[in-house]
Amino acid sequence: MLGVAVVLLMSLAAIFARPIVVAGIPIQPFGLAPHDPGTILYLGADPSAGIYDPPSTDYPMGTDNSGRDLFSRVVYGGRYSISIGFIVIAINGTIGAVYGAVSGYYGGWVDEIMMRIVDTIFAFPFLILALIIVAVLGSSYWNLVLAFTLFGWAGYGRLVRGEVLSIKENEYVLAAKALGAKDRTVIFKHIIPNAMPPLLVLATLGIGTTVIGVAALGFLGLGLGPGTAEWGTMLDATRETLIQGPEGQIPWWATVFPGGAIFLFVMAMNLIGDGVNDALDAQETGIGSQGGGA
Amino acid sequence: MSLRRFILNRILAIIPILFGVSLITFGLVHLTPGDPVSQMFALNPDVGPNEEAQIRAEYGLDGSITDQYITWITNVMTGDFGQVISTNRDVGSIIVARLPATIALGVFGWAFGLAIAIPAGIYAAVHKNELGDDVSRFLALSGISIPNFWLGLILILVGSLWLGLWPVLAPSRLPLYHPSMLWYLILPGLTIGTGAAAGIMRVMRTSMGEEMNKEYVTAARAKGLPERQVVLKHVLRNSLISVVTLAATLTAGIVSGSVVVEVVFNWPGLGRELINAINGREVNMIMAITLFTGVFIILANLLADILYAVLDPRIRYD
Repeated sequence: MLGVAVVLLMSLAAIFARPIVVAGIPIQPFGLAPHDPGTILYLGADPSAGIYDPPSTDYPMGTDNSGRDLFSRVVYGGRYSISIGFIVIAINGTIGAVYGAVSGYYGGWVDEIMMRIVDTIFAFPFLILALIIVAVLGSSYWNLVLAFTLFGWAGYGRLVRGEVLSIKENEYVLAAKALGAKDRTVIFKHIIPNAMPPLLVLATLGIGTTVIGVAALGFLGLGLGPGTAEWGTMLDATRETLIQGPEGQIPWWATVFPGGAIFLFVMAMNLIGDGVNDALDAQETGIGSQGGGA
Repeated sequence: MSLRRFILNRILAIIPILFGVSLITFGLVHLTPGDPVSQMFALNPDVGPNEEAQIRAEYGLDGSITDQYITWITNVMTGDFGQVISTNRDVGSIIVARLPATIALGVFGWAFGLAIAIPAGIYAAVHKNELGDDVSRFLALSGISIPNFWLGLILILVGSLWLGLWPVLAPSRLPLYHPSMLWYLILPGLTIGTGAAAGIMRVMRTSMGEEMNKEYVTAARAKGLPERQVVLKHVLRNSLISVVTLAATLTAGIVSGSVVVEVVFNWPGLGRELINAINGREVNMIMAITLFTGVFIILANLLADILYAVLDPRIRYD
């Protein structure tokens, strides 16, 4: 429950951080964040603000390497990571469910070939694949989505296939087939819905992994453009000055807060995943054991 | 199935996967139209079409994509990974030079993971649902949730900048086998090992819990064995088998973790080399490291499978 609260809070905060205007029409008029994430404070709003100002009552998380309000940027930054996380998992879950269902349902050589493809994808750590895809295609929002979906569905495919192998022996599936239902109907109406619970657990954990992955690419300088208020990119921007900030001070806030936001969100997502897992008692699926980090 | 047949079967099964891995590696780098040469010189007006064609021929980039793949894979099979275009150095020898640093990091990470997770797993099994169990559960969840690049930065912040125990960057002149390198290995090793530790802890906790409810435990207790012996000799041994199944996943996690951690700590390994290669568009290097990673993980999987079959003979009959 705590997890759900944190995820909701952070997602809503990101959505309502700044007004959203599409084609001149304000869709979302609220602005929770006090400043635009791109505003350089000393150029207008507040000439007394400098770069790397420590946290104060005016700027609760301090200012960053370009003199922008860090609090606004951290709140706003959720827009990128969180939305990419949800989009990626929706795509991966859908492809994986269909792929796994087809593979498990037909069996035989179809299954053999389809699973060898999955095995091949599993030979690469997903971060390295994503890194190269972004490096080759260039970095943009949708290229990041592509980087995590081009191969990301494989895990879901394998999970669903395992589920399908046991589901297809159930009497209601045999009955549906005996009644002359088409393969497609059986797969979409009877098999996939019953494979959903473990898929849901994996998807919840997958959102966290994707958020870390997006941030990791940003941190490695391969995410969205420099200066973007994305959590990983923000960490990258301050990496050099962590060691030696201006005037010898250490601007710890510029590292602690954006990274803390990633950690908090992923932790909340994993708490939800664990909760769903316990509720479904799907422990025997063995998911939730993938290592941390990206 | 005899153990020998099982191993032979597994080895035969990885051949098509190795082929697939080489296809993905090659295909990824060639996702976009245009080759590295045109990408390299697209913004350079000094390079004329003749020079471009010459460079293309030099690197075997003038044939069709299938020809290029065949040339590349044949060269790779003979151990020739090509050159780094900007420096003309041999890719293979750079990999050999960088590999030990990454292996040291990985081994330290693994060792740290096991050193934390095994005692924690035992504790959780014995004290199920007590406060300590909740704490270790929470720590394990934190461990898989914390982004490793951030953990690394925080460790630098605390260990190097505030406590001053470590220099911010490891001295690059010291050879890896120098005893004092062990000290510099601690921060990156902790960073990379945290995910592994958390992963093993979670699996150990579940499997120890399951094993504790089995009949052999009741039998061992009934014949009067001290609890300590029941847990350490019987339950732990069987629970560790489940860690073996996790080994390949964790190794993959450590390999990708090494990319990030080596960048954070400026550790001279393969991961940092990969990022350099990506930034410099060194196609041969990118392909070599990617392929190497894929093959390494396949072999780690194979080893885990075999080890699993040795430890738990039932699996061979599946």
